[in-house]
Amino acid sequence: MVKGEIVRVAGPLVVASDLTDAKMYDVVKVGPERLMGEIIELRGGLASIQVYEETAGLGPGDEVLATGAPLSLELGPGLLSSIYDGVQRPLAVLAEKSGSFIKRGIEAPGLSRTKKWSFDPSRKAGDQVSPGDIIGVVQETSIIAHKIMIPQDVEGRISEIKKGDFTVEEDVAVIEMADGGSAPIQMMQRWPVRVGRPYAAKRNPSEPLITGQRVIDTLFPIAKGGTACVPGPFGSGKTVIQHQLAKWADAEVIIFIGCGERGNEMTDVLLEFPELIDPHSGKPLMERTVLIANTSNMPVAAREASIYTGITIAEYFRDMGYNVALQADSTSRWAEALREISGRLEEMPGEEGYPAYLSSRLAAFYERAGVVTALGEPERQGSITAIGSVSPPGGDLSEPVVQSTLRVVKVFWGLEDKLAYERHFPAINWLISYSLYAEKLEEWWGEEIDKNFRAERREALRLLQIESELREIVRLVGVEALSSNERLILETARTIREDFLQQTAFFDLDTYTSPKRQFLLLDLIITWHTLAIEAVENGMSLEKIVTSPVREKIARAKLLTDDEIGEFAQIKEAIIADLEVSETVVEL
Amino acid sequence: MAKEYLTIKDVIGPLLFVEKVVDVKYAELVELEFPSGKRGRGQVLDISKDVAIVQSFESTQGLNTTQTRVKFIGRGLELNVSKDMLGRVFNGLGDPIDDGPKILPDKRLDINGESINPYERDYPADFIETGISAIDGMNPLVRGQKLPIFSGSGLPHSKLAAQIARESRVLGSQEEFAVVFAALGITFEEANFFIDQFRSTAAIERAVIFVNLANDPPVERLATPRMALTAAEYLAFDLGMHVLVIMTDMTYYCEALREVSSARKEVPGRRGYPGYLYTDLATMYERAGRIKGKPGSITQIPVLTMPDDDKTHPIPDLTGYITEGQIILSRDIHRRNIYPPIDVMPSLSRLKEKGIGEGKTREDHSGLSNQLFAAYARGKEAQELSIILGEAALSDLDKTYLNFATNFETQYVRQGEDEERTIEQTLTLGWSLLSELPRSELKRVREEDIAKYMETKEV
Repeated sequence: MVKGEIVRVAGPLVVASDLTDAKMYDVVKVGPERLMGEIIELRGGLASIQVYEETAGLGPGDEVLATGAPLSLELGPGLLSSIYDGVQRPLAVLAEKSGSFIKRGIEAPGLSRTKKWSFDPSRKAGDQVSPGDIIGVVQETSIIAHKIMIPQDVEGRISEIKKGDFTVEEDVAVIEMADGGSAPIQMMQRWPVRVGRPYAAKRNPSEPLITGQRVIDTLFPIAKGGTACVPGPFGSGKTVIQHQLAKWADAEVIIFIGCGERGNEMTDVLLEFPELIDPHSGKPLMERTVLIANTSNMPVAAREASIYTGITIAEYFRDMGYNVALQADSTSRWAEALREISGRLEEMPGEEGYPAYLSSRLAAFYERAGVVTALGEPERQGSITAIGSVSPPGGDLSEPVVQSTLRVVKVFWGLEDKLAYERHFPAINWLISYSLYAEKLEEWWGEEIDKNFRAERREALRLLQIESELREIVRLVGVEALSSNERLILETARTIREDFLQQTAFFDLDTYTSPKRQFLLLDLIITWHTLAIEAVENGMSLEKIVTSPVREKIARAKLLTDDEIGEFAQIKEAIIADLEVSETVVEL
Repeated sequence: MAKEYLTIKDVIGPLLFVEKVVDVKYAELVELEFPSGKRGRGQVLDISKDVAIVQSFESTQGLNTTQTRVKFIGRGLELNVSKDMLGRVFNGLGDPIDDGPKILPDKRLDINGESINPYERDYPADFIETGISAIDGMNPLVRGQKLPIFSGSGLPHSKLAAQIARESRVLGSQEEFAVVFAALGITFEEANFFIDQFRSTAAIERAVIFVNLANDPPVERLATPRMALTAAEYLAFDLGMHVLVIMTDMTYYCEALREVSSARKEVPGRRGYPGYLYTDLATMYERAGRIKGKPGSITQIPVLTMPDDDKTHPIPDLTGYITEGQIILSRDIHRRNIYPPIDVMPSLSRLKEKGIGEGKTREDHSGLSNQLFAAYARGKEAQELSIILGEAALSDLDKTYLNFATNFETQYVRQGEDEERTIEQTLTLGWSLLSELPRSELKRVREEDIAKYMETKEV
C-alpha cells in the first residue's frame, strides 16, 4: 500500500504528498484513525483529498494510505430495509459499535458478513453465461426476490453451482472462463459509485408511476423511468411530498436519500415505514426500501457522495428488472457540499459561488435514471424514476440549482409558500407546474381507467387557468361584474382546488387515492360543472345551483374508499337529478 | 509538552499567521500571551507544512509579531461540565463571570460535539404547553424540536422567548427540566432582561447562562452557542433532564461568521456570507432532539432578527431549511397593538401532527387548527379585497370571513404577557370563533367533533 504524508489541513480538505500513482477519485485512509477520504485533485505532486469525517486533530506529517481503488459499494442481499450513511456504512451497526453519537474512524461493511442467505440457482452446471445473466435468486424480503447476477468481467461456462445457505462472501458458483482460468462467484459484488452500471439498451418511459396523489397522478404525472424535481421554499412541504411518494408510489424498490436534511425526518421515516403497509403488496414498506441518511450535521464530503451511493444501488436493482423510485431530498444540499469543497480547492467560482461544473454533474446524475433493458439473460426491463427536491434560497426559482435541474428533468412540481400558508397541501402550484409525460400517459389512463380521462383532465386545467384570470378581475372590480357562467367557473375551480387538489397526508382516508377513484372524483366535479352550465342556460337560478346540498356530497366523495366505489355513481345520479336536465342523456 | 512560538508573521483582522510550527493539528486550541502580559485564546483554522492560521477569540489589539507568544495546547476547545453549572452565569468561552466558586468539572467535553446517529434518534412527540394560543393551538412546540422565532428589530421577541421559558410545561409530567440561555452579541440591557426574568421566577436555579455581549469579541461568539449546546447535551443525555435552549440573537452569530470568513478571504456565497453557512448552522441546530433509551431531551428556540424583516435573507432562509418550522413575528400585527404579534399563517411547526391529537392534546386539535388556518387565510383575502373595493363590495360570506379574521387576531392571537392559557382553553376559544361561520364552510373538521365541541348556533 502506498503511503503519503499530510501537508495541509483546512476543514474537510486535506492535501497530501508522496501519493505516487494515486488516481483521481481513489479512496485513501487519512491519519491515525484511518478516516476515509477521496482524491479529488492532483496537482504538482500533491493530492487534494475530501475527507468523509471531521478532520479536527489531523496535522502535517500524519500518514495517508492509498487503497488504489475508487469509492465502491457492496451490492448483494442485505441492502433492503437498511439505513446507510453517505458512504454505505450501516447506521445500525455504527450505533452498536459507538453508541448514540457517531465516533470518528469507525468502519463497518455495507453488507453483513455473517448473515446467511438461502441461494436458489436458476442455471445449472454446463450453462454458458455472460455478464448480467441471472444465475439464481435469494428471497431477500417477503416481497423482493434478489437476483444474483454475473459480474461485469466474467464470461464462460458454469463448472459448479450450489444451492443452500451462504454468506455474501461464500462462493455459490464457479465459472470456467474462455481463457482457461476460473472465476468463483459470490452473492456480493462491488461497483464504483461514480460510474453508471452498463445496460443493453435504453427505452422511452411509457407507463405512469402511480403515486396516489391526485394532483400528481391526474394533473402532472410522472412516468416510470422519468425524472422530476420539486423545488420550493422552506415550509412548503417538499419533504412531506417526498415521504408520500416513498410511501405510496407503485415502484417495487424505493431508495430514499436524506441528503443534508434534518435528522428527525430520517427518524420519522425509520419509525414509520416498518409500521406502514404497502397498498400494492400488503407488506411493511420497509421491506422494499433502502434509506441513505447523511443529515445536515454529518460530514459534508459524505453528503456529496450520498446521491451517487443512492443511484448506484438503484441501478443494481434496476438490473434485476425492478422498477425503482429514487428520491433525493435535497439536491440543493448536495450542490452546496460541492460548492464548499470547490471553495476549499480555490477553484474559480461560477454563479453564486457554485462551481462551473454544477450543471454537468446534475445532468449526469439525472441521466442515470430511465427505463432500460438490462444486460444478460433472461431478458428483462427495469426503470429508475428519479425525483429530486430542490431548496432554492428564498424560494427564488432563478437560482443556479433549480435552473440547472430544470434543464434535465421532465416533470416540475413547483411548490408555493402562499398555498402552504393557506394549508393547501400538497402546495403544488397548478399554474406553473408541468409534466412532459402528460400526453403520453393520458393514453395509458384512456386505456386502463376511462376513455374520458383526457377530456376531463384538460377541462380541469382549463377551468383552473380561467379561474386565475377571473380572480384578477374580481380583485379589481368585484364579483358582481362577472356573468353567471363565469361565476360558475369560479365555483367549480374552487371545488377542484379544495376537494380534488388538496389532499391530507396525515389523514388515513385521504392519504392515497387509487387511479380509478381519482378519475371518478374528477368526473363528478366536471359532470356537475357541465350540467350546471346547462342548467343556468335553462334558467335555473345560480343561487340554487351553488348552494345545493349535492355539492357537499361531492366535497366528501374524496373520503370514499375503494370498497365504496359504487357510491360515486349514486352521487352522480344525485347531481343529475339535482340539476333537473332530464332530456340530457348522461352516460353513467 | 506544548511548544511556544514567537513566530507570528502576519496579523489580519482576527487571524494570525504563525510560521515554523511543528506538530500542530487542525482545530487545535491556542493560548496567546500578548506583549502586555494579557492572555487570550485562539484556534487553528488551517494548517500547512509550516504555517498555521490561528483565529484569535480575543481582539487582536495590542498584539504584535515579535513579542507575542503562541502556545499550541494539543486539544480542541473544551467545556468543563458539571451539575453545579445550574444557576450560574458564564462568559462566551465558558468561564464563570458571576461571583460564585469555580466549577469542579465532572467531565471535559469538546464543544463541537459529535453528530447524533439518525438511527439512534427518538422522534419528538411530547406536546409542550407554552400557554400561548398562537403557538399551542396553531403551531405547537414539541419536546426535542428546534423551533426558531423569526423577528425584526424592535419587536417583542425577547418578551416572548422569556414567556415561553417561564411558562412551558409538558402535559401531565413532573420531570426535571432546565433552561440553557446563550446571549450572542446582544446588548447588556437585553441580556439583563432575561437574567432578571429568570431571577424573578426563581427559574435561575434551573438555568445555565452564557453571555457574549455586543462589545465582546465576535470570534468568541462563534464558540458561545457551541458552549451552550455542549452544556445542554450534558444535562440532557448524561443527567436525563429536559432542556430548553434559547439562543438569541443568531443574526449576530452569522455576522461574526461572515467577519471571520472575509478575513480568511474565502469565496463568499450569498450576501457575503460564507458558502458553508448552512452546514455551520446545521451543526448547531441539529444538536436538538431526543435519543432512544435516554430520558432527557433538547428543545431549541433560536431567536433571530430578520434584516429589514426579509424572510428570504440568507440567515432566516437557511435557518428555516434546517429547523422544524418557525414562529414569525409581524410588524403589522405589532402595530395594531396585538401581543404576541405572531403571524400564524407563515409560521409553521413541522412536528405538529406528531405532537397533538388523542392522548396528547385532544382528538379535534388537528382538524380544528387546519380549519382555523383555512378560515383565517380566507379572511385575510377578504381583508385585501375590502381595501381595494371597500367593504360594501364584499359578498355576505366574505364579510363573515372578514369578521372572523379580526376576531381571530384580537381574541385568539392576542393575550396578556402573563396570561397562561391551557390547551383546553385554547381549543374552546377556537371552536367558539368557528361557530361564527356557516356550517357548510367547515370542511376540515370532522362531523363528530363539530357535534361534540361546537356550541350549536343557528346561522
